[in-house]
Amino acid sequence: MIRSKFLTSLALTLGVAGLFLSGIPTRDASAADPNAFNRLMQPPSKRNPPPASDGIHDPSSVGTKALQTPREAFAKFPEGISGNYVDWVKAFDSKKIAPRFDRKDPNAKPVIMDLTIVRQVKGSMPDVVFPHKQHTELLDCSNCHPAIFVPQKGANQMSMASMLLGESCGVCHGTVAFPISECRRCHAQAKDKATKTSGAKKPTAK
Amino acid sequence: MARTLCKRIMVLALTLVSLVLLTHSVGYAEYGDVVINKYSDDAGIRPVVFPHWFHRVRYRCKVCHADLGFKFKAGGNDINMLKIINGEYCGACHNGEIAWSVDNCDLCHSAKPKTPTQVHESTMQKLIRPTGAPK
Repeated sequence: MIRSKFLTSLALTLGVAGLFLSGIPTRDASAADPNAFNRLMQPPSKRNPPPASDGIHDPSSVGTKALQTPREAFAKFPEGISGNYVDWVKAFDSKKIAPRFDRKDPNAKPVIMDLTIVRQVKGSMPDVVFPHKQHTELLDCSNCHPAIFVPQKGANQMSMASMLLGESCGVCHGTVAFPISECRRCHAQAKDKATKTSGAKKPTAK
Repeated sequence: MARTLCKRIMVLALTLVSLVLLTHSVGYAEYGDVVINKYSDDAGIRPVVFPHWFHRVRYRCKVCHADLGFKFKAGGNDINMLKIINGEYCGACHNGEIAWSVDNCDLCHSAKPKTPTQVHESTMQKLIRPTGAPK
């Protein structure tokens, strides 16, 4: 009788201790210290987890266990600062990845359009440089034109707010391509001071 | 008698511990993972997880989004198994020749049941709602 009581209390103590401790290793430091740094940020150690522990795959599914862990696939790719934490453009340019252009033909080559468009932006941010080259490497013209962008200068109104809501560039940049939080990848060209002030301060003719 | 009670308590304690572990897991799936749950829940099968990262290593965007007609919208494509076995959408490659065939149900239908259609980690999703995956 005494032994059973002892075992019962031992089991309970273990259980309670387990309950208490279990919260710590599964969370980042924030669970332990409410005033820890980066409370809402994903710790680097939690990036690219195996499917079974990524929160959307069902760990009880047999298939989940057969799926590849992204961390393993990304091991030799150049690092990025957000998204998959892979710099996909660099990975492509340095041939770390060689994605096919055709479903069946591994040698099919795209037609590249090397036309760069500079969009002058209203605010203080640097102007936007849009390279057709990188886009036509991966996409077909019909992917963007005319449904998302009218192929005509000045015909496309766009704003960061609409991109946040998944329109224009935000169709891809914010879902699969680098997110719009990587500002400088588009806002890349310093504003020309002369053109910026030309409207306001025109030298008066004498 | 005492042994059984003890065992029961141990089992209870372990269940509680695993419950806590489960509820503490956070959704850190890959950027661009698409959950497709247009018909799955109603059909009694797990929703589909489509990993963009895995596919973009092998194919350029254009192959699926231009040649195969996938629209740029999670849930915006009316995909069903009949179309797939007839070689449309996923079935253009998942036919046992280019990639493994559709009899590997679990490899695609691998999301937690009741997970809503979404692009995981997308800007929109971060602004508006968490994964919605049941704990």
